[in-house]
Amino acid sequence: MKSLFYKYKLGPKLMSLALLLMLLLVWHGSTTVGKFDPSGKTDDEIMLMEMNGDIIPDPDSDGQYINNPEKSATFPGPMKVVEKIYDEFSNPFHRKGTNDHGIGWLILYTLAVFAIGYLAASIVGILLGVLIGLSRTLFEVLNPFLQVLKPISPVAWMPLLLYTVQDGKSVAVLVVFLASLWPTVANTAFGVSNIREDYLRVASLLQFGWVRRLFTVILPGAAPAIVSGLRISFVSALVAIVPAEMLLGELGVGYNIWMEWNNLDIAGVIFAVLVFGAMGFILDSLLDRFAKGVSFVE
Amino acid sequence: MSSDQKIPETVTDSSDRKLAMKVDHVTKDFPVLTGNGNSTGDTFCVFKNVNFNVYEGEFISMVGHSGCGKSTLLNIMAGFDKPSLGGIIVDGKEVTEPGLDRMVVFQSFALMPWLTCFDNVRVAVRSAHADWTSLEIDEHTQKYIDVMGLTGSEKKRPAMLSGGMRQRVGIARAFCVNPKVLLLDEPFAQIDALTRGVIQDELMTMWQKTNATVFMVTHDVDEAILLSDRIALMSNGPEAELAEIIDVDIPRPRTRQQMIESPEYTRVRNHILKFLISHQKNGTPPPEPSDPAATNPIPSVADDSAQSVTV
Repeated sequence: MKSLFYKYKLGPKLMSLALLLMLLLVWHGSTTVGKFDPSGKTDDEIMLMEMNGDIIPDPDSDGQYINNPEKSATFPGPMKVVEKIYDEFSNPFHRKGTNDHGIGWLILYTLAVFAIGYLAASIVGILLGVLIGLSRTLFEVLNPFLQVLKPISPVAWMPLLLYTVQDGKSVAVLVVFLASLWPTVANTAFGVSNIREDYLRVASLLQFGWVRRLFTVILPGAAPAIVSGLRISFVSALVAIVPAEMLLGELGVGYNIWMEWNNLDIAGVIFAVLVFGAMGFILDSLLDRFAKGVSFVE
Repeated sequence: MSSDQKIPETVTDSSDRKLAMKVDHVTKDFPVLTGNGNSTGDTFCVFKNVNFNVYEGEFISMVGHSGCGKSTLLNIMAGFDKPSLGGIIVDGKEVTEPGLDRMVVFQSFALMPWLTCFDNVRVAVRSAHADWTSLEIDEHTQKYIDVMGLTGSEKKRPAMLSGGMRQRVGIARAFCVNPKVLLLDEPFAQIDALTRGVIQDELMTMWQKTNATVFMVTHDVDEAILLSDRIALMSNGPEAELAEIIDVDIPRPRTRQQMIESPEYTRVRNHILKFLISHQKNGTPPPEPSDPAATNPIPSVADDSAQSVTV
């Protein structure tokens, strides 16, 4: 028993679970609709509140009032969010009209936009990075452009993209592309230009052509730096996709957050935010596996 | 011939030996840089007018103090660096770029850490024999892996191996393409003394099996004597020159035991040490003798690593 506990490193996991339960309890406690406290209020004020629907007579005890849970402006509790999660996942692939799509569809839309934009940016970014990393001249020519383009938030391009590309889905993909391009370019260029001289010497001794040089020496040698670029790009793309979907209204989980806000369904907003967290977690663990596959120890 | 006498290079040439590599009056100047890396326009000469032949099947070493440019010369032979004057001729052609005919064994091993041991050797075989089938390439690779005692470690990455094992892979990679000349750049400098002896023996075996031509740069006088047919001595840089080339007439196959008992060993060793001591940087005449092993050259075999003289 004790050995199993240590083998699976249960200690920290149990503590995480305890922390989660504690946070849920605090959340629950602070959002529960409490008894209405009439002290300090005149009968007229209480009558007015009842007429407004802010308070209702307590069904359990005569002459007492409670806050109206229907009209309560308080934050939804965890149980409400759990209800929402259950509702959404009990029918994830429904489609009612153009806007009301199940959460399953919304996740797939977002994933598709993310995957296309991120993969395209990774390929372009690695190629561009390799070229810049190999040629000092090209680096000096392109570096000023990169330095100016890099700090621009990808969302800032949206009006221009909408004006030129027009199609909403393509704009979303392009925003993700722009968000994930620069970190990969910069890290790849750094990794390639810092490959140990020895490895390049071996490549020239063995008279590799440029294809073998690229795939046998340069890309594997720069792989750790490239992967760290891909990780930064990954986070950057996840950050950019939410406002892009909100603004574009082209479906997706980010769009869903905004829709739920428009519906004043705060539980729905929390649900959509949690879906983003879960998506990011799963995608990140996939990236982690890939990173472990290409890394090496000197 | 007397060991103190400067031996003109032509004396050791015998016309019946085939030339493998000609080092033809090579001079190397480096630009003098300022603190922030800009050229001052001046140059300083590392070595000048280095001129000798390397014959097919011989093992020739170069010994000299740090800064005499012996590694720079090796880089020029490999094609990593360009000579300022003169040139290297292999197979009747001047060396302009690195190639499979001049494989290098690096001091830092230079194995690709993302490839297994086997693949580190295999990429070289594949490059040299583009027309072979995958099976032929694998078989050839395995042969050299086996000769270097790497059997069982094929699937391991270099990071999992000791320095000695890594350099075995480096040696296998260099020998497996059957180059015209093998260039060894202080190949044992990063390997512990006990392992060094074993790998030196393996290198000798490999050299004899393949009839390879080897040029080695080293700091270790005993290593040079054990392995070499001839030893080239460089004077001090800047403007270092090839001072002399001495023959090592110890019969082969050599063992350490035989070598240290051989009077030729004592003669060559004393000669080289005297040369190195007289070329010490500060120029002060060293106490005579500076190294007890130099005058008492019959240490026990167990004492092998301790008596190794490194300059």
